[in-house]
Amino acid sequence: MKPNVVLINKNDNVAVMLEDVKAGDAIHLPDNEAIVARSDIPYSHKVAVTDIEAGGYVYKYGEVIGAVKEKIRKGDWIHTHNLDIEAKVEV
Amino acid sequence: MRKMATFEGYERPDGSVGIRNYVTIIPTVACANGVADMIVRAVPEAVSLYHCHGCGRAAEIAMHTNTLVGLGRNPNVAAVLVIGLGCETIHAEGLVLSISETGKPVQVLSIQDEGGSQKTAARGIEIVRKLIDDAKAIERKTFGFDRLCVGIECGGSDAFSGVTANPGVGIVADRIVDDGGTVILTETTEMIGTAHILAKRAASPEVASEIRRVIGAAEKRVDEILGPLASLVIAPGNMDGGMSSIREKSLGCIIKGGSRTINEVIDYGTMPSKKGLIIMDGPGYDMESLAGLGATGAQLILFTTGRGTPAGFPIVPVIKVASTSRFYRRMEDDIDINAGAVLEGKSLEDVAEEIIGLTKEVAKGRQTKAEVNDRGGVICLYSMNPAF
Repeated sequence: MKPNVVLINKNDNVAVMLEDVKAGDAIHLPDNEAIVARSDIPYSHKVAVTDIEAGGYVYKYGEVIGAVKEKIRKGDWIHTHNLDIEAKVEV
Repeated sequence: MRKMATFEGYERPDGSVGIRNYVTIIPTVACANGVADMIVRAVPEAVSLYHCHGCGRAAEIAMHTNTLVGLGRNPNVAAVLVIGLGCETIHAEGLVLSISETGKPVQVLSIQDEGGSQKTAARGIEIVRKLIDDAKAIERKTFGFDRLCVGIECGGSDAFSGVTANPGVGIVADRIVDDGGTVILTETTEMIGTAHILAKRAASPEVASEIRRVIGAAEKRVDEILGPLASLVIAPGNMDGGMSSIREKSLGCIIKGGSRTINEVIDYGTMPSKKGLIIMDGPGYDMESLAGLGATGAQLILFTTGRGTPAGFPIVPVIKVASTSRFYRRMEDDIDINAGAVLEGKSLEDVAEEIIGLTKEVAKGRQTKAEVNDRGGVICLYSMNPAF
């Protein structure tokens, strides 16, 4: 299947949606793996492509954009509701 | 080892290379815009840098003077006619002296000395015709990308600017730097939240501290002026578009400058003393940013856009790169390259190749969409303080 997300950097644990998906829809990653959307995720928003433990960093552009407030499973929508953007980043 | 890319341009007496050969009129003050316009109406090949400043401001006079000098020194300019009024703060003779250091022909007229607008315009028309005849004698030759200086800009961004257009331009930026050329990344406001990331790429501790200083100052200004509304810098549209924080948005912005070492931080509208990747401290407002980039000596500007914008700059070709096919198609009058094709499977490397190919064609004389549409507008100089 043609990917419906973009993974910007190979070290990222979130990808960017290329279409709106509903909970339960398939998300096709560039490496041919398919995961299931665990909630509705809008076009251009972020989806977790790996599980992330509570407090773990979210990487986009290969850089930390915040830490998750709770345990995240792949297929979860990542946005302001579950991302702590003030999280201290080790430089 | 990859062979250095080449482009065609006009060599100037100071060794810089232009990709355009303009005879440019620079009014020192807005009061002289009318005379400049009379000359351009008579000699349409001349290009005038109309602006709204030159007097009545204390805090910005040095910055505006530097910017006008830098624009006159820009290698795309073959020769300059400075038009002063006579009583303005930015002094015409000073501009002439600074621009003349490049060895290019620079002439000056003062409206009060000449005895009015009509007389000044008549003399100006004669002078500009002669300068254009002389400039036509200069022929294009081939140069390496090490003689190229490219400014990078974004405007009307969307959620995919940081996914398609900006990373595509970032690859081009790396290629130019690797060939020994210069890339100027600016829009300090758009770097807020990424100081620690950019500072890690600084060539020296001094450059790292400059990076932190200018981004810190931009953040402080935003806080002071907007207070609790500071979060509006990350507009509601960005949140709806899936950006969760200013840092995330900024990461998508700075990627257009590529990934190389940052060699220098320069003030708005000044020329770098080093090659490679340079940060120019400046505003996020496109129009002021373009003027500052022109004054650094950039021969070309790569401009990424989500929503599409017609913005161009009189003496510097601007190549517009769209982030989605949807807006590329909607704004095709104004956009040169569709990086949105990445979302349909095209590689970022292929987008970068396309931009480099167009860069070479534009250097040979092909007009960018912005050159076709918007070559004659008023230029905007960065201003932070009120006029008196």
